[in-house]
Amino acid sequence: MLLSILSALASGLLFGAGLVISGMINPQKVIGFLDIFGHWDPSLALVMTGALAVYTPAYWLLVRQRTNAVLSEQLHIPNRTEIDCQLLIGAILFGVGWGLVGICPGPALTLISSLQQPVFLFIAAMFVGFWLAPKWMSLMGKSVPS
Amino acid sequence: MTEFTPISALLGGALIGLGAACLLLINGRIAGISGIASQLLRKPNPDWWWRLAFAAGLITAPVLFFQPTDMPELSLHSNWLVIVAGLLVGIGTKIGSGCTSGHGICGMARLSKRSIVATLVFMTTAIVVVALQKLV
Repeated sequence: MLLSILSALASGLLFGAGLVISGMINPQKVIGFLDIFGHWDPSLALVMTGALAVYTPAYWLLVRQRTNAVLSEQLHIPNRTEIDCQLLIGAILFGVGWGLVGICPGPALTLISSLQQPVFLFIAAMFVGFWLAPKWMSLMGKSVPS
Repeated sequence: MTEFTPISALLGGALIGLGAACLLLINGRIAGISGIASQLLRKPNPDWWWRLAFAAGLITAPVLFFQPTDMPELSLHSNWLVIVAGLLVGIGTKIGSGCTSGHGICGMARLSKRSIVATLVFMTTAIVVVALQKLV
């Protein structure tokens, strides 16, 4: 348990350092990437390329050969395949929020230490959203994936 | 306007991928930040702690490895816009089971059909929103 907590912490530190170095934590840079009809800054395409260049072989060459993780009996890998309304509507809502200010969940957390007010507003609203979503889904008779 | 920064983008991206790969190989977990963060709202169970630790890593990385001047200064719009955006990001990633990390990196790398579709949809939507905002 302690080891797996330490490894999660180390993974989070690597991930967070990557967010800072790559420029993902800069909303201006994110907007610059999304602004393909304006002064386009393609940097974030390379952030994704860099991340995929490490994660893809790690998954296919290392993880896929295993039935367990190093510190866990189980590999918790999603196995759903259906493209449903929930996926599409969720992705659209997320896309609107992301496009409005250029912040997504990871960078939001990593920006906390900069102690700027908009970050706290964004994160508070995001957690309200996390909390609201299952309530709305159950009102419509659907369950929200955990 | 921001400059194209290919080296730091690739290097930073590789670190992001490395962090996500470690979490999968060692902890057996997908590094989807929206999922990890939203599950922190639940009552603490044994799985709550690795999520908290991963989030703590994300939050403290700038303090451990960088200077305050390495952090961007946010020149964000009105408070209301930030709140609306945060709400949409929270609701959307919860309903759609993921964000830029879970779908965009982890899911795409596994060639998950759901993640590829979700990534195309949120990217396209965000591009349209940015284009529309410039018109207003």
